Amino acid sequence: MRTAITLIILVLSGTGGDIAVAHAMKRIGEVHSFSPMVILRFMGRAMREGWLWIGIAQLTLAFCSLLALLSWEDVSFVVPAMALSYVTGALGGKYFLGEKLTPLRWAGIGLVSVGVALVCLG
Amino acid sequence: MKPSPTHSLKTSILVALLIVLNSAGNFFFGLGMKRIGALQGWTMPALHAAFVAVFSSAWIWLGIVSMLLFLGALMLVLSWADFSYVLPATASMYAIVPLLGHFVLGEGVTALRWTGVTLICLGVAFVARTPHSTTEKA
Repeated sequence: MRTAITLIILVLSGTGGDIAVAHAMKRIGEVHSFSPMVILRFMGRAMREGWLWIGIAQLTLAFCSLLALLSWEDVSFVVPAMALSYVTGALGGKYFLGEKLTPLRWAGIGLVSVGVALVCLG
Repeated sequence: MKPSPTHSLKTSILVALLIVLNSAGNFFFGLGMKRIGALQGWTMPALHAAFVAVFSSAWIWLGIVSMLLFLGALMLVLSWADFSYVLPATASMYAIVPLLGHFVLGEGVTALRWTGVTLICLGVAFVARTPHSTTEKA
């Protein structure tokens, strides 16, 4: 039970954090040049974006959950279980960020999830 | 919307950079923590000693720098590319590590792991055939 709850917190907060960071970046807009000044200005704008900090807070919670889970479960269980994040990430992208997921992209995400789980179990 | 070749190139370069930085970060953290050794209990002096050991390790600092660069590169690529595109594309690292282990270090790779590597490569190839951005620009 403790493992299931921590894993759910880990997957949801990790995905939530990534989605919030992605949302913050979409609000700022695309970076068209990789010159140091443009990147610095972009980072400065990102630091003033509330969604970025919401994302970082959630990613911190995910990191703490991961450390807690690893203190009583094996890495060989935790990492394959985390492959679920690819599916929750795709769902988050679709429903929170309005991304259009084609059947091809869903198939790719499914294969990657199963593949990551097998690599870690193998 | 069909992405321009420049756009696709920019996305591919940053995704490759994400894979390298994340792998390097994990490698440096792993190396640093192995050298520090297991935590000697959960008492305050033991935790303090572990904290000092962690933050005086050059490997850990290299890991932190790699991960900060990873976050910066992730923020840049997410400013135009879909999250559901970037996330599975970065999973290539799970396939690259066993491939490097086998072909560079001569490590044995189990059949289950080869199956996983094949599925990841197929999955990434599928995702790469979809447009990297499907949302309206801000």
